[in-house]
Amino acid sequence: MKVILDQDKCVASGQCVVAADDVFDQDDDGIAVLLDPNPSSDRADDVEQAAAVCPALAIRILG
Amino acid sequence: MTSTVSTGGAHAPSAPEFPMPRAAGCPFDPPPALKEEQEQGSLRKVRLWDGTTPWLVTRYTEQRALLSDPRTSADITRPGYPSSAPVRGSSFSFILMDDPEHARQRRMVTAPFTIKRVEAMRPAVQKIVDGLIDDMLAGPPQADLVQAFALPVPSLVICELLGVPYADHDFFQENSKTLISRSAAPEERGAAHANLIGYLDELMGDKIARPADDLLSGLGARVGAGELSRRQAAEMGVLLLLAGHETTANMIALGTLALLEHPDQLTLLRDSDDPKTVAGAVEELLRYLNITHGGRRRVAVEDIEIGGEVIRAGEGIIVPNDIGNRDPDVFADPDRLDIGRDARRHVAFGFGVHQCLGQPLARMELQVVYSTLYRRIPTLRLDAGLEDLSFKHDGSVYGVYELPVAW
Repeated sequence: MKVILDQDKCVASGQCVVAADDVFDQDDDGIAVLLDPNPSSDRADDVEQAAAVCPALAIRILG
Repeated sequence: MTSTVSTGGAHAPSAPEFPMPRAAGCPFDPPPALKEEQEQGSLRKVRLWDGTTPWLVTRYTEQRALLSDPRTSADITRPGYPSSAPVRGSSFSFILMDDPEHARQRRMVTAPFTIKRVEAMRPAVQKIVDGLIDDMLAGPPQADLVQAFALPVPSLVICELLGVPYADHDFFQENSKTLISRSAAPEERGAAHANLIGYLDELMGDKIARPADDLLSGLGARVGAGELSRRQAAEMGVLLLLAGHETTANMIALGTLALLEHPDQLTLLRDSDDPKTVAGAVEELLRYLNITHGGRRRVAVEDIEIGGEVIRAGEGIIVPNDIGNRDPDVFADPDRLDIGRDARRHVAFGFGVHQCLGQPLARMELQVVYSTLYRRIPTLRLDAGLEDLSFKHDGSVYGVYELPVAW
């Protein structure tokens, strides 16, 4: 799977980090950082959760 | 003369009044009339205190879609904005603004709420919680949990984070209570707001003169750099102080009451050593109780086709998260408190760019509280009848005024 993060949309909720801290991190102001743009398929549930709870709809998953 | 001219919704002439009353004896459930509206359809018209008839959005999917739709505005000064009371003054905090100004101001205060910074505060919060429980256990075996525990926990935490002297808590709690009360007269609310702004403005002066390592000092530096007016900084301070303690305090007291009324769920929580169980219980209690019960407010800035209706530009939109969190299409058997369910997609903190800024901190505080209080006082019980308790029907944050407990 491929993950796309739009940092301009991010509102620093940090909920992606709570859902999948091996895929997402935050910078000092809370803006999300993508650690792994191609997580393995066994991470699918957590990454989908991260995308679903992102209040700014800043995370998209392809494939 | 006829008064049946449609204003964009077929239900307007007979629109029910909003907000609606809860049922007696069901303190945790949203108003039955709100449930009925949800059963009728996702978009309904309601009538407000001023006679206007904004849209009421009752289903989870449409709620999330509208709260994250850039064609909706949170600007309270726009015509058509469905305000819950007469709009006062001319200066507002960023929750009542749109991007890009909203984003610019919000980003000034996001740093302390990153997951890492919040986790770093966990030991300090644990110490506060343990200290307050020590005090309770050292006295007679009964207390008002609101005053002895629920209010001090988040107050101490937010005061520390902002750099507000906790010694002033009687003053700002009293004024906060008036400010968010629906039953207070507009003049009373105006005076309470002026008191809080005056207090924060004076404090901001101290922070500018003698900066410390706290959030208000950070805002003071931005005032010095010309990024923010001192008035805007004071408005932000009031927002953070208010949001930081009223909400979490009510989640602690009302959450405890809900657990005492559902002893099987309380036992499950108390007997688990798994932080995931505690975190799950926090999410379920946030979903089930949804203490911000006045509805998120927006106004459409363009026509929006959604849920089989068209919201016209200039029409008001009210999104009551409490009923969205009880949508049976999203949460099975939604009126049941079940701490084992996956409730993480709830909208108790709102959704979209205005979602609660302090939610990571609130979640962590509640995790510490719910994993500590009932274990350290396992015999905790309600020291009154449920029918004797007085609930905050009149405020924008729901909860219980007093919670007599014994152990």
